Order: sequence, then C-alpha cells, then structure tokens
Amino acid sequence: MITLAAETRGFLSPAGVEIVFLLVGLVTLGAAVVTVTTRQLVHSALWLVATLGGLAVEYLLLTAEFIAWVQVLIYVGSVVVLLLFGLMLTRAPIGRSPDADSGNRPVALGVAVVSAGLLVTLVVDAFRSTWIDVSPARGTTDIMGAALFRHWVLPFEALSVLLLAALVGAIVLSRRTAPSADGAGEDR
Amino acid sequence: MNAIDVIVTLLGVLLVFLVLPLVVGQTEHKVMAHMQGRVGPMYAGGFHGWAQLVADGVKFAQKEDVVPDGADRRIFQLAPAVALLPYLIVLVAIPFAPGGGVGQAIDAGIFFVLAVMGAGVLGTLMGGWASANKFGLLGGLRTAAQLLAYELPMLLTAASVAMAAGTVSLTGILDGFEWWWIPWQIVGAFVFFTAGLAELQRPPFDAPIADSEIIFGAYTEYSGLRFALFMLAEYAGIVVLCGLTTVLFLGGWHGPFSDSVGWLWTLLKTAVLAFGVIWLRVTYPRLREDQIQRFAWTVLIPLALAQIALTGIVKVVI
Repeated sequence: MITLAAETRGFLSPAGVEIVFLLVGLVTLGAAVVTVTTRQLVHSALWLVATLGGLAVEYLLLTAEFIAWVQVLIYVGSVVVLLLFGLMLTRAPIGRSPDADSGNRPVALGVAVVSAGLLVTLVVDAFRSTWIDVSPARGTTDIMGAALFRHWVLPFEALSVLLLAALVGAIVLSRRTAPSADGAGEDR
Repeated sequence: MNAIDVIVTLLGVLLVFLVLPLVVGQTEHKVMAHMQGRVGPMYAGGFHGWAQLVADGVKFAQKEDVVPDGADRRIFQLAPAVALLPYLIVLVAIPFAPGGGVGQAIDAGIFFVLAVMGAGVLGTLMGGWASANKFGLLGGLRTAAQLLAYELPMLLTAASVAMAAGTVSLTGILDGFEWWWIPWQIVGAFVFFTAGLAELQRPPFDAPIADSEIIFGAYTEYSGLRFALFMLAEYAGIVVLCGLTTVLFLGGWHGPFSDSVGWLWTLLKTAVLAFGVIWLRVTYPRLREDQIQRFAWTVLIPLALAQIALTGIVKVVI
C-alpha cells in the first residue's frame, strides 16, 4: 500500500488523476488568493465557496467521498450561508467597501506566509517521497468510519465535548441580557 | 460503464429534469384551480390547457432580460444557474428501480444529495444580494435564516434513516428496506418532508418570497428567462424533495411486482407527495417569520432527536 516512490513510481510520468489533482489545486489556490485580496466583501465570501468547493474536489480525487460531501454540506451549505447572512444583516454594499479595510494587511500577509510555510514544510517533511496508492479506494465511508471510531475515537469524543461546550456557551451568551435589563427582558 | 452508457444516462436525467417539474407545475395549476372551485387554464394546447406551461415558457423567453442599474451584474446573472443546477445534479443519484436503476450509485449518497441541495440556496442568496433592492435583500436574509434553521432537522432525520439501514448509500438503503420501517421512521418522514418544504420555500414556509409583502423577495428584480429559471428550480426542487422522501422513508421502488414495475412505484409515491405539496399551498396561510423559526427550533428539532433516539433503541434491541 505504502511504498517509496523511488522504488515503484517516478514523479516525472504522472497519471491523468494526478494532473487533474494538481490543476484543481492551482485553481483552489487561485480562488483562495482572490478570496483574501478582493476589495468586495460579498465577492470574497463567494470566492470562498469556490475555494472550499475546490478542496472538496481534491478529496474526491483522493477517493475520500464522504469527507468531500461533508465538506460541501458543512462549509458551502452552512458556513458560507452563515457568513452571507451576517454580511447581509450588517453591511454588504455592492461594489467596494474601503471602510472594511483595517490597516493590518502587512501583518496579515506576514502571518499567512509564516503559517503557510510552516504547514508546507511539515507536510513535505512528514511524507517526503511516500507513495500512497488510492486504488482500490481507501477513503470510502466504511474505511473512514472504521478508522474514526476505532483508532481516533478519543480525539473524536474530545472534539464533541468541545463542541457541546461551545453550544452551551452560545446559548448562555445569547440569553445573558434578558433578566438584567429592566423591562427590556420582555421582548428579547 | 462506457461513454455511450454515460451519455444515455445523462440524457435520461436531463429529460426527467425537463419533464417532471413541468408536470408538477401543470398539476399545480389544475389542482389549485379545482380546490378553489374554478377550472384553471383551459385553452393552450386544446385538452384542458395542457400546454399552458409551455406557453408560459415561450412568454418568459420573449421578455426582456433586465439587469438593474445598481446591481452586481455578473453575480446577478449567475444566480439562477447556481439555484437550478444542483437539482439537476441531485437527480443523478436518486435510485428509481431495483437492480441498478439509478443514474450513478454514490457511496455516500445521502450526504451527496443533502450537500448539493444545500448549495442550491446560495443561488437565491446571490440573487437577493446582487439585485441592489431592499426587498431582494430582505428575501435573501429570510432565505438564509430559514436554511440555517431547517438544515439541522433534515440532516438529523436523514441520519436516522442511515442508522436504521446501516448505510449512507441511497441504493443500499432501498436494498435493506423492510415494510415496518415506514411506521418506525414515520416521525422522521414528517420532519424531513416539512423541513424540505421550508428549504424550498414552499407555502406555508414561503415568507422569503412572500409576493404580497416583500414582492417575491430575492426574485423581485428578475424578469424573463432568468425568473423562469428560478421558478423551474422551485418545481425541480419539489420533484427532488418528493423523490428523496420516497427513497428514504417510503421504500422507493418497493411494492407489489417491484421487479418489473419498480420505477412506477417510485413515480407514484413521488406524485402523491407532490400532490401533498400542492395541497398544502392551497390549504395553509403563510407562516410569519418568527413562527417559522419557532417551529423549526421547538418542534422539528426535538422531534428529529426523538426519532434518532427511537431508531437507536430499536436498533439495539433487534
């Protein structure tokens, strides 16, 4: 299943899937760059859809179907909708919105470059020339489920407790103002 | 699967996609009319006005396609396609007959259909925002709020079916179907169907498009073919929702002689559900925005959780 690339495969004769993977990766990267550089708030949210969709396609190409659809379901279907909802509720002008710029661009760029460098170094160093064969499919719902609930069940449970805590916290925060404000608690 | 098979499958899906929503639309014309004590369209095409929707389509195609001056042109023009295409894609994954009667069997089918359907709402949001119209924006806001509230019960009940069947593949669910799943999952079916109606913004959950108060919400500024595409998306959505409810909760192609006429059972169950959708539109007044939210969070989600608990208990016992 996992062999060293140098033994069986070369990097210079890629298969069709690998080329597609690289191209989709480039498109995703491009969409991500536009997401953070565009001057229009809502366009930025919509480019985020393209970026997250591109990631979903990459998961598909790695045969991780379940992850891909959950990615679309949660991020495109809910997170971006929440973002758009927030934007529409507060301030979403058509055209440029210069008042939304905060002068932190250089700092943000610095942080982004550093963290990207760190992540890329980590991934490259961790896998180096490892070759993972994805046929037969190694990311089906069956395999993912078994891995998640057999080998990774502790982190999974820890995360669910974290999410539960966040949920309870959100409810507490949203109800906080009710009793204190005199009279205003009637129609919260 | 060779290239010809793929092309035939895609053409078949396209045909279903073009025909069934129109049939539902025409049925809506006639059923609404008869429930309201009138006859509905009678002239176009001769027999009981069967070609009325075709005539409507021609009319829409002839209208001028207006883009408002202050609108965000590209997003405004792109929105109808984003709203319509997901339903076309979803149809590929809905099984309609036994023994490979499905456009493309997908391993994580439930998640696929729900994910793609959820993405379709982006089209309405884009249209509502890009119109540069306060009614459009209001409609978009209401759409988003409604989607966020109703996505959860829909997912929970779909998860309940997946638990019952022990698989997340739509074909797998139908292969494992037993008749007693219907009473077992009946609460889930109600929640799923109702939440689906709300996601499609059909009456009584049509506050986001409410023509008599916010003038069709996100579609206010649309005219001509683009408006027609939004309408087509609504009817395609009805077909997809009813088909999906049939597959998940009503046993899809299961029924007497299902080996030979399985597809007919799917179609029949879908049609009965679609009739119910139309019936609800004629029967119930529009819910207020706060009533819509309250219904989702205080009725549907507790019911969905109760259904999951029930599914889990029965699953452990048997």
